[in-house]
Amino acid sequence: MFGISSIYILDQKGRVLITRQYRNELPMNIHETFNKKLLEFDEYTQKPVMIDKDGYTYIFIRHNNLIFMTVCSQNANCLMIFSFLFRLVQVLQEYFVNVEEESIRDNFVVVYELLDEMLDNGYPQTTEFKILKEFIKTESFQLKEKKQPEQSNFNVVALVSNKISWRKEGIKYKKNEVFLDVIEKLNMLIGQQGNVIKSEIIGQVQVKCMLSGMPELKLGLNDKAFFEAQGRQSRSRAVEFDDIKFHQCVRLSKFENERVIQFTPPDGDFELISYRLDIRVKPLFSVDVLIERKSATKIEFLVKAKSNFKPKSTANNVEIFVPVPDDAEQPQFRTAHGSVNYMPDKEAMCWSIKQFGGQRDFMMNAVFHLPTIVSPNRDKFQKMPINITFEIPYFTVSGFQVRYLKIQDKSGYNALPWVRYITQNGEYQIRMN
Amino acid sequence: MSRPSASTSSSSRSSRSRYGKEVKELQDALNQNKIESKRDAIRKIIDAMTRGKDVSMLFPDVAKNMETSNLELKKLVYLYIINYAKIMPDLAVMAVNSFRKDARDKTNPFLRALAIRTMGCIRVKLITEYLLDPLKESIKDEDSYVRKTAAICISKLYDVSPELIEEQGLLKLLDNLLNDGNAMVVANAVCALLIVQESKGTTMLKLNPYIIQKILTAMNECNEWGVIYCLDALAMYIPEDGKEAEAILERVSPRLNHNNPGVVLSACKIMMKFLDYLQNPETIRQNALKMTAPLISLLSLGKEPEIQYVALKNINLIIQKRPIIIEKDIKVFFCNFNDPIYIKLQKLEVLAKLANNDNIQQILHELKEYTQEVDVEFVRKAVRTIGRCAIKLEKAAEKCVTALWECLKTKVNYVVMESIIVIRDIFRKYPRKYEMILKDLCENLKSLEDPEAKASMIWIIGEYVDTIENADTLLANFSENFKDEPANVQHQILVAVMKLFLQRPNDGKELIHNLLKTATIECENPDLRDRAYIYWRMLSTDPELAKKIVFTERPTISDSSYTIENELLDKLIENIGNLSSVYTKKPESFVKKLRDVLNSKIADKIDDVYDQDQLMDGRPEDYSDQQGGQSNISDNIYDTSSQIQSQVQQSQIQQVSQKIDLLELDDNQPQQQQPQQQQIPQQQQIPQQQQIPPQQILQPNQIQNVRVPFAEVLTANTPGSQTQIQGLSIEAAFQKNGDKIVLDLRITNKTQDKTFSEFGLKFNKNPFKLQPDSIEIPCQPVFPGQTQVTQSSINTNGPVAEEPPQMPYKIQVALKTNLDVFYFFIPMSLSVLFSSTASITQQKFIELSQAQNIARKQEVLQIQIDPQRMKEKLERNYFFLIGVRKDERGVELLSYAASLVNGMPLLVNVIHAPTAINLQLQVPHPTLMPLLYQAIGFILTLN
Repeated sequence: MFGISSIYILDQKGRVLITRQYRNELPMNIHETFNKKLLEFDEYTQKPVMIDKDGYTYIFIRHNNLIFMTVCSQNANCLMIFSFLFRLVQVLQEYFVNVEEESIRDNFVVVYELLDEMLDNGYPQTTEFKILKEFIKTESFQLKEKKQPEQSNFNVVALVSNKISWRKEGIKYKKNEVFLDVIEKLNMLIGQQGNVIKSEIIGQVQVKCMLSGMPELKLGLNDKAFFEAQGRQSRSRAVEFDDIKFHQCVRLSKFENERVIQFTPPDGDFELISYRLDIRVKPLFSVDVLIERKSATKIEFLVKAKSNFKPKSTANNVEIFVPVPDDAEQPQFRTAHGSVNYMPDKEAMCWSIKQFGGQRDFMMNAVFHLPTIVSPNRDKFQKMPINITFEIPYFTVSGFQVRYLKIQDKSGYNALPWVRYITQNGEYQIRMN
Repeated sequence: MSRPSASTSSSSRSSRSRYGKEVKELQDALNQNKIESKRDAIRKIIDAMTRGKDVSMLFPDVAKNMETSNLELKKLVYLYIINYAKIMPDLAVMAVNSFRKDARDKTNPFLRALAIRTMGCIRVKLITEYLLDPLKESIKDEDSYVRKTAAICISKLYDVSPELIEEQGLLKLLDNLLNDGNAMVVANAVCALLIVQESKGTTMLKLNPYIIQKILTAMNECNEWGVIYCLDALAMYIPEDGKEAEAILERVSPRLNHNNPGVVLSACKIMMKFLDYLQNPETIRQNALKMTAPLISLLSLGKEPEIQYVALKNINLIIQKRPIIIEKDIKVFFCNFNDPIYIKLQKLEVLAKLANNDNIQQILHELKEYTQEVDVEFVRKAVRTIGRCAIKLEKAAEKCVTALWECLKTKVNYVVMESIIVIRDIFRKYPRKYEMILKDLCENLKSLEDPEAKASMIWIIGEYVDTIENADTLLANFSENFKDEPANVQHQILVAVMKLFLQRPNDGKELIHNLLKTATIECENPDLRDRAYIYWRMLSTDPELAKKIVFTERPTISDSSYTIENELLDKLIENIGNLSSVYTKKPESFVKKLRDVLNSKIADKIDDVYDQDQLMDGRPEDYSDQQGGQSNISDNIYDTSSQIQSQVQQSQIQQVSQKIDLLELDDNQPQQQQPQQQQIPQQQQIPQQQQIPPQQILQPNQIQNVRVPFAEVLTANTPGSQTQIQGLSIEAAFQKNGDKIVLDLRITNKTQDKTFSEFGLKFNKNPFKLQPDSIEIPCQPVFPGQTQVTQSSINTNGPVAEEPPQMPYKIQVALKTNLDVFYFFIPMSLSVLFSSTASITQQKFIELSQAQNIARKQEVLQIQIDPQRMKEKLERNYFFLIGVRKDERGVELLSYAASLVNGMPLLVNVIHAPTAINLQLQVPHPTLMPLLYQAIGFILTLN
């Protein structure tokens, strides 16, 4: 098992913003070799794992205008390193919100401190923001929380290697509450005949935990496997998870054996569950586009959008992106619902409808002029898919439901659980052609 | 701190003075008492350091601040010291005391851990020993945070001075940490042991059922990265039996539900490996299916493409080993419009593997969509994937052909070209089955820019000359530019016209006549010319037989070219999640360190010997005196003759003032010296060729062996290892000279003013025990600008390296001159190592080829060569013909055997085809496979 030999944060031009080396044998200017190597490829052929002639492997990700790059000289655990890099970005985001060249330059001391704690000898160590923030603070942090630094260090040490490393003792709230947000994203690919090619639901349960002490929580879902394990028939609709993943606070073996979700939550916001369902869903929206070439210089689109969910639900902020020729100009739109914008940079028009009720259909008509000098990619738009974004509150496509949330603490306080549901678009695409 | 306004002057003097001023200011700030000013100063220093500016001159001032009680300042100082300790080891010693103090701080465990962690990063041998005491204490620290840091620290220091760490028993202490009560400490101890294990090369983490339990328990409680360390350690364990494997799997499988993709794949690695130990098919099935959903989740749309990429690479391996894991879920492998191209191509790869008769309709439908996309590379790969499905699934072939037919009709240039290439393969697999698309194929002749597509099209025309009415006109058109075409197109034209003539003599008569004339007279490509000659002769002797030969049935093709051999597959399965799985290569083939580890060890030893040699004021006569001793480097216990010899020679050395041999490579040899051995007569020594007369280099009889071309092995700008002298350029080649092996060196002096002389030569240990007969190279001094050619004969009584030869096979060589010592590698063709005597009988051949432990492989050599010439070439290079067999189709199978100088047999079955040679290689060791393949290619292509 091998780790990272050196880590770099580079700006867009490949200049070093941050670097730590963990092996002696690496050339000091290895990032220049990497920069050269990057230039060998265009953005199409570039793979995130590259090897140079000396056998050094570069594993890198991009984020905004930064490249997070690691060098490995051995047969390293590649997926661990990618996971670490994404985690690093995540932690930096928690610290600086916008992780980009500016914020890294301004806070390089904190970044070094973080790296020191997160990576020892090239092996990931503590990467939980909730713990790190306890002892690595930016100036703004320091201003907010006025604690004696020596004191907090003791707690921190206990935190890092504690059995329950994600929660510290002695948290107190006046009002004990837990908020559960169930967010489902629908990934869907629909063929030009309206047939569903692929549908997948990615769900997550976001928790905002404001509970005192060290409470023990038990969460009940309408999980089909749970009902089966209990040997009882569910009355209402049960959900069959294809895959379910938990925050590290959930006792995995308990879940594996009894399908019971039991945990001591971290304080504040965290993602408790992420799940995936691979079920065939009826399209929530279908869009038909009729293209008519009126003449060589004029093209007309007739777009028909239809919602297929129950009338009692309403979708908010619906945006339908319909691709158009890349050289289209002088748009004229006509519709009774919402507004339409031409977005030449995306080679598409965007039809936005603030509220889209269930079982409704809307029409929109668009006319574009085309220049007589034909762009070489003019017909490309027919190969691009239509994209839709939307949000449907109080609704889960999968039927996911929280049955109960039991909260128990030694002190025996009463706590209130709140649950909200929302369905959003993931990658929701309809092929045009 | 105020800074003077930037000077506008650009003169270097003023900028230097400004720089000096800044340094001065920083120095002042560091020496002030205010924490804030110190902190600001050191921030500026570290900022400059990161930008690559040299601020090392501030080291003393910075180091003074180590003993601050301000933690932030301390961390910054540490950061600075880590960076500069390497280049200023003397100054780094200054920091030692502070580290020792911090590491023993009674009140703050955080401070202790910080000191331990930082001092491990200072990779300076000089100070390691000062750090051992505090490190030992920290291993027993009451705080687990310090202990877990100490565990990693041991692995860091092991990198710097392994001997010291072992002497001081720190590895034992590390081992004890496995029993620690804290899970993170155990996980880090596991991690550290694995790191040490790797650099030491021996097992450090002794996995027994007790330790396994420890790791399993720790895994339940440590954080996600700790889980990965535990899992990767468990993956190395070989379970006693199926029961134990099953028990471990039960503990591991819940990790599949972890959120961290790294954990998921590391868990899969154990699952995949341990499933092999289970017996009950139902248990295997259930466990295997546990992986399905987690693996697919790694590909769901929200996941980062980089994660998806690694996941896809691994899924590709996993489904080859256990297809059951992903059988139904083909839809996740459908490409999304926004996927990066590297994801799309990987998905196609997996789709081709998953295709079966049930899902082919669905897959084809999807692939057809892809052929209309914008990205050229993706479209081509999609077309190719359709072809792979056709070849893989006979029942679905017709549907695939229909799909390709539609591709042809699109008339999009690159789609058509790719389709034609693919259709050629389909025609080969299913001859005469899909003639209906010929018409559409023939409509696309104009757009064939790609030579492969063109060659494919011509092959198709040739194959169907009887069906395609205007084949003669088409081929006539193609032949017009015959001379300007690339070689593969020329070959196909020749073959197709030949077929035309044989099938329709009247239409092809004129064409073949002209073409054979052009090919034999005007073409320079020998293979093409030879083929034309053969055709000509065949036609003039027996046209009927020619027809039989040309239209002979070809060996069938299959979609196996993309499958990974089982041995490699198992190795890759052990490396799930690692780089090895991404590159689809064994670790040793891309990790330089693994490759070099042996070489570097020996190179170190060479260096040592040279150092001693210099101390002894090496005079030339030292070497000549010791010439008898050049082959005494032998710790070889297999070859008794050479051992005796080595002892003889050793005793000689001892006589010669007890000096160590100039290029002594191995000091482990037994140092015993028995008087009677000194009496062993001199003739036991290998006859030496002290001087090779220059004319011998060009003896005519050598021409029968393949001449290996010279390779540049040392460039003039490579410095020597001692005095860094440059300007010596060397080209070298190992040759077979009759039954001897020789090394030809072409030594060029590219310096202006130096003269190289007193050349000495030594080989590193190598698998075939090669070594020069004599250290001394028979060569006059080489004056500036001069080139000399020398030849040294080589014997095979050298020390053996216990590692199989790698591809490409190279021998590391040390070349001593009067001025410096140079190290370089000389590549070697296996053909040089063939034994010149026949040692394998027909009986032996059959025995060997049926042996269990022999590696077999089918290879195709894409060259065109006259069969007689091929036989001649092989035989001249010591392949001995064992037998000739004809199968029912009349295809001739030639069996050859060769043996290497160390007696290893190499068996080759050869089938000659017009455009290629099919080889079936059988060797006792798989690593020889590529070398043998390369050697045959060498023999057949070189003159």
